[in-house]
Amino acid sequence: MSSSVASIRQTAGRGAARAAAHKRGLGPSRRPGWVTYALLVVFLIASAYPLYYSLLLASSDSATIAQNPVPSLIPGPNLIDNLQRVLGSDIGFWHAVLNSLIVAVITSVSVVFFATLAGYAFAKLRFRGRRALLVFIIATMAVPTQLGVVPLFIVMAKLGWTGTLTAVIVPGMVTAFGVFWMTQYLEAALPYELIEAARVDGCSMFRTFWHVALPAARPAAAMLTLFTFVASWTNFFWPFVVLGSSNPTLPVALQLLQASYFKDYALIMAGVVAATIPLVVLFVVAGKQLVSGIMQGAVKG
Amino acid sequence: MATTAATPTTSTAGPPPPDSRRTRLRNLRGKIDVKLSPYLYISPFFILFAIIGLFPLVYTAYVSMHDWHLIGGQGDFVGLANYVDVVQQPRFATALRNTFSIFLLSSIPQVITAIVIAAVLDANLRAKTFWRMGVLLPYVVAPVAAALIFSRLFADQSGMINALLGYIGIDPIRWHSDAFASHIAIASMVNFRWTGYNALIFLAAMQAIPRDLYEAAVIDGASRVRQFFSVTVPLLRPTIIFIVITSTIGGLQIFDEPRMYDQYGLGGADRQWMTVTMFLYELGWGAQKSFGRAAAVAWLLFLIIVAVGLINFTITRRIASSGAAHPKGGAR
Repeated sequence: MSSSVASIRQTAGRGAARAAAHKRGLGPSRRPGWVTYALLVVFLIASAYPLYYSLLLASSDSATIAQNPVPSLIPGPNLIDNLQRVLGSDIGFWHAVLNSLIVAVITSVSVVFFATLAGYAFAKLRFRGRRALLVFIIATMAVPTQLGVVPLFIVMAKLGWTGTLTAVIVPGMVTAFGVFWMTQYLEAALPYELIEAARVDGCSMFRTFWHVALPAARPAAAMLTLFTFVASWTNFFWPFVVLGSSNPTLPVALQLLQASYFKDYALIMAGVVAATIPLVVLFVVAGKQLVSGIMQGAVKG
Repeated sequence: MATTAATPTTSTAGPPPPDSRRTRLRNLRGKIDVKLSPYLYISPFFILFAIIGLFPLVYTAYVSMHDWHLIGGQGDFVGLANYVDVVQQPRFATALRNTFSIFLLSSIPQVITAIVIAAVLDANLRAKTFWRMGVLLPYVVAPVAAALIFSRLFADQSGMINALLGYIGIDPIRWHSDAFASHIAIASMVNFRWTGYNALIFLAAMQAIPRDLYEAAVIDGASRVRQFFSVTVPLLRPTIIFIVITSTIGGLQIFDEPRMYDQYGLGGADRQWMTVTMFLYELGWGAQKSFGRAAAVAWLLFLIIVAVGLINFTITRRIASSGAAHPKGGAR
């Protein structure tokens, strides 16, 4: 097997290995054919078209939508008009935007802070029961907590929190996934020498965390912020149950919009567009980070 | 070190050298700091999980054994009456059937498509980042928004899908009134959002597969397709298990998409797409306002999820490991 690409790589360097692999049509170094790109293009169209479709409808009007089941590929002239109607509707759309923003920002900051704190402890500090507790946290990810809605609602009602954002924010303030994510990152990224140096300099445990661990955790914290923000922005079930129609977040407002204007598709789709644009902007700016975040840890939800 | 800085302020103290007492105190405080801090740092998660995770699940069982009204509050202890009542309602069976149907229609095609897309993304593409970002785009669309878009695409009358089917000579499908068709439509919303996401997870796992395994396969004369089934798929086993488990937990609790599939949110005239979580919501917050029954449904669904999770785990293990001989797969 002296001619295998791996051995060429060792004996003659990477370039030669790549050339050899290329000649033999081997694996990753070969440029894929058009079938590959065709598959990807089809999948991409399926991924992007529904969003574009909502934009097409949101820029149209009810009569046109009723006449043409397949909308023309060029957006109509009414997008601004429809958006204004959504924002001016009695749903309180601006209120919902603000609510969603408040919930998403507070939740993200809180998750990142508490997850980094716990992740630092699990990754770098020694204490009894460390492994068992970490395993426990990972195991809780498999618990379908959504099924606790009834008692959770009873508790929130007792506290007088139903209908307030507090009821949505507090349950999401720290997540098992976040702790797991930060533990993994800090284990690899934070050298013990830095912690020891800070301790020798007389830093308390918390100061060490604040000045050494927190800065080191920044890249992973940024990704965790993104995922938490998206999850919070798109969350529907619990806000729907606990908030009610007077103080909605955006997904709840969309449900209200659908319930009261179900025949006005241009209006509903304008609502969809308005609720989705912020995340699409986030995606354009930070999509790369989202991709590498998903690929770095098996992230889900 | 810091102790020297503290000395001047303590010079007035009596016989036991103030210095050492201070130092001892400081050492003690340092020790407590070291011992206690880790627990303090991890405590927020445990406190929150106890309050919003563990306690509600246990308390659900308690509520489920009482008459309990949304507004009236706790009533008499009724034992298992709520469970009996719920299980005997025909809607429970309907909800269970719908949930499983939608779950299967979303998870199986999704995992298969995701692996294929991952394999395609794993090729030596031009503009790699563009394609990877492209498949992730639907992830930022809220399920509620996706449901509104798809319910229009899948409209029974003058919907786009039916119009396109008409072009190729297929009669319109009743995407809302027909149960199975509505399940397909709802499953497609789930697939829309998660296929690309899962493809990226698979892609990461594929890139971790040592390339010399493929070389060995090539030398043994394996075609690309054979390489895929004999090397790639078996080595993806842990990832497949992970994705199947997470999609089981999420999929069986599905609520957003079916809730928004029409403007009434009850799951259709015959409840043809009502899921178990929708049934739970209707019992607790709908006309009946019976928290007792809603809690009973929650507990039943919890048990079902655990059972299905375990079954899935065993099946996936078997399927993925029967693929072929794989040198390193056994280590996991």
